Amino acid sequence: MNRIWAIIERDLRRFRRSPTLIIVSMIMPLVQLVVLGNAFGGKIKNLKVGVVDQDHGVPAVKLKEMFQAVAANARTFDTIPYTDQATALRDLREGRINGVLNIPPNFSRETLAGASPRIALVEDNTDQFSATALEGTLNQLLVPYNSKSIQPRLTPNATLSIVEIYPYVPYIQFLLPGTIVLAIFVSAMIGGGIIYIDDKARGLHEGYLVTPIRKLELIMGFNLSGAIKAVIAGLVLVTCGSIIAGIPDPLNILRLARLLIVVMATALALISMMFLLMVRVNDPLVPRAIFGVLNTVLFFPSGAVYPTQSFPAWMKVITTVDPMTYAVHGFKELILKKTGLLAISYDIAYLLGFAVLTMAAATLLFRRTL
Amino acid sequence: MFDVEVEKLTKCFGDFCAVDALTFNVEHGEIFGLLGPNGAGKSTLIRMLTTLVPPTSGTGRIFGFDIVHDANKVRQSIGVIPQAMTSDLDLTAEENMSIFAKLYSIPRDKRRRTIRELLKAVDLEQWADKPVKMFSGGMRRRLEIARGLVHEPKIFFLDEPTTGLDPVSRVAVWEMLSRLKRERDLTILVTTHYMDEADKLCDRIAIVDHGKLVALDSPLKLKASIPGKNILEVSFSEIPPGWENVLKALPEVAEVKGEDHVFRISSNNGPRTTTELLESARAAGVTVTSLSVQSTTLDDVFVHYTGHQLRDALQAPPASSSPFMLPHR
Ligand SMILES: Nc1ncnc2c1ncn2[C@@H]1O[C@H](COP(=O)(O)OP(=O)(O)O)[C@@H](O)[C@H]1O
Ligand SMILES: [Mg+2]
Repeated sequence: MNRIWAIIERDLRRFRRSPTLIIVSMIMPLVQLVVLGNAFGGKIKNLKVGVVDQDHGVPAVKLKEMFQAVAANARTFDTIPYTDQATALRDLREGRINGVLNIPPNFSRETLAGASPRIALVEDNTDQFSATALEGTLNQLLVPYNSKSIQPRLTPNATLSIVEIYPYVPYIQFLLPGTIVLAIFVSAMIGGGIIYIDDKARGLHEGYLVTPIRKLELIMGFNLSGAIKAVIAGLVLVTCGSIIAGIPDPLNILRLARLLIVVMATALALISMMFLLMVRVNDPLVPRAIFGVLNTVLFFPSGAVYPTQSFPAWMKVITTVDPMTYAVHGFKELILKKTGLLAISYDIAYLLGFAVLTMAAATLLFRRTL
Repeated sequence: MFDVEVEKLTKCFGDFCAVDALTFNVEHGEIFGLLGPNGAGKSTLIRMLTTLVPPTSGTGRIFGFDIVHDANKVRQSIGVIPQAMTSDLDLTAEENMSIFAKLYSIPRDKRRRTIRELLKAVDLEQWADKPVKMFSGGMRRRLEIARGLVHEPKIFFLDEPTTGLDPVSRVAVWEMLSRLKRERDLTILVTTHYMDEADKLCDRIAIVDHGKLVALDSPLKLKASIPGKNILEVSFSEIPPGWENVLKALPEVAEVKGEDHVFRISSNNGPRTTTELLESARAAGVTVTSLSVQSTTLDDVFVHYTGHQLRDALQAPPASSSPFMLPHR
């Protein structure tokens, strides 16, 4: 016991004296939270839509007025009038505008005749986000237009009414759970990967191995000290991140206590995984080389930045085994939905089970010799 | 029983045997030197004896404890300074020691006292609370020596403790080791590739090359065991014509190299050549302005037994010379 503590003490003292690396492990996720949180998921505004009116009839003018009203109010797009379609399409191809709305020559006639006239939207679909926003706005716009000109039908349309059970969650808040997990991961990667292998390569472990310390004491010492540092990183992100992301009542003690449990389970799972990956590594380049790959392979499939339901089958396999998935889910429930621990007991169980399994495997592979 | 007993100890990495069937014993209280060039297998041998590397075959015993089967008893009774400097730069000297004292389960009340005592013994007591990153290489080595003694072992393994240190620090480290050995009744097994160090400080030396033991004895006996070979460096006030040929004709002379007034004479029998040289000089009326005779060095021993020079003679040590400068006239 004393010996385990000696290993931890050394590591923590070192961490206190030169905390640079660990601070980096907290700053990187925080920066990502602020930048990504604001870069994605915002409302798209001021798209440029060219309008080609080949009709010039009264219904067509009415339609254009409605567009301009949207342009003036919602600001999703600005309209730019074009006299001929060819010029408009050329500007679209050359990227000066994001879409072309074409009102065909017989629009007014068909409208007045009660037929269903068609207007065409030619869009730049290389940018899916803008194209989707444009389509959505135009479709919404045609609803009131139709309801004005068309009598209520006898067969009622089926409508979907949407009930939002949680208050509106901005993207930055959606991103926060993943960011906390990322901070724990980076800390595990630096402490359990980079520093661990550097120490080994510098012969520090050789110093330990000539003392009567037992294999299990050594393993416990390495992993507990790594986990403690990862928990610190996680807690900093839980508090600072919640404040930055604007989570209401960010310092609620009960919630923080629940979050601490998930932080600890996540730290144990990720440190154990790292220890298993590094148990036979001697080259200090290896942890640096796999850092980026591991981050990408574990972070993005976890649902931290985008819902997992959209993933292809092979990625869902990663999602299923990836401990980050369960960590992200656990944090999401606690932070965004304010549930209790019962709702995430499966997540915690998975994380702890994962930690036990990887640690057992690493212990089998660990050699108490050079 | 010897403190260290090594029998046909072998370590192979694939086909290549870094340590090849070494057999030797280390007596209590001696400084035993393992001398060999880089890659000779010194570190591998030390690592096997300190339980860091399992041997391929053969046995090793420390105080009768088998290095494989009683590894933990061995660890408890040895102090080890690995080749790499392993003290923690961010921690203070005292903290570094304290961590190891805990790893050896030294009780708390004894810990502080032992640490202070040892830091004093290596002249670092006023540096106890300073972070190790402020230390010079020599200071770090001394700290590690103190650290290795924190559990008061009776045998001490040091792998190239002076490599990379400046000459002054090297001397300081060796003096410290000799003193600690006397004061604490230690047996020391040390590796080095500095011939002069091994010569001055070891009671016995094992010369190791390519993993094999090529010679083992006290430095004095090792040097005596090979045919005498001395270098005479002599300068004269004036050089009569044909003087070089006179020198070449002296008994036991192998080679003469001249440069202005200074000659370098290789002799197979230093004392005899020297006597004859002085007589010839007096007979010819030539004044000898200086004369030095360099005796056999461990380098010569090494070359004799291995057939090649110490391969990495980066810091070739000065030949241990026994100059007897003759006063002018
Ligand atoms: N783990 C290892 N795997 C393969 N070869 C090794 C290993 N350790 C040492 N060697 C080789 O064994 C030889 C002896 O190394 P070492 O004991 O470090 O020599 P020394 O300490 O005398 O310089 C060297 O050629 C070295 O490359
Ligand atoms: Mg070596």
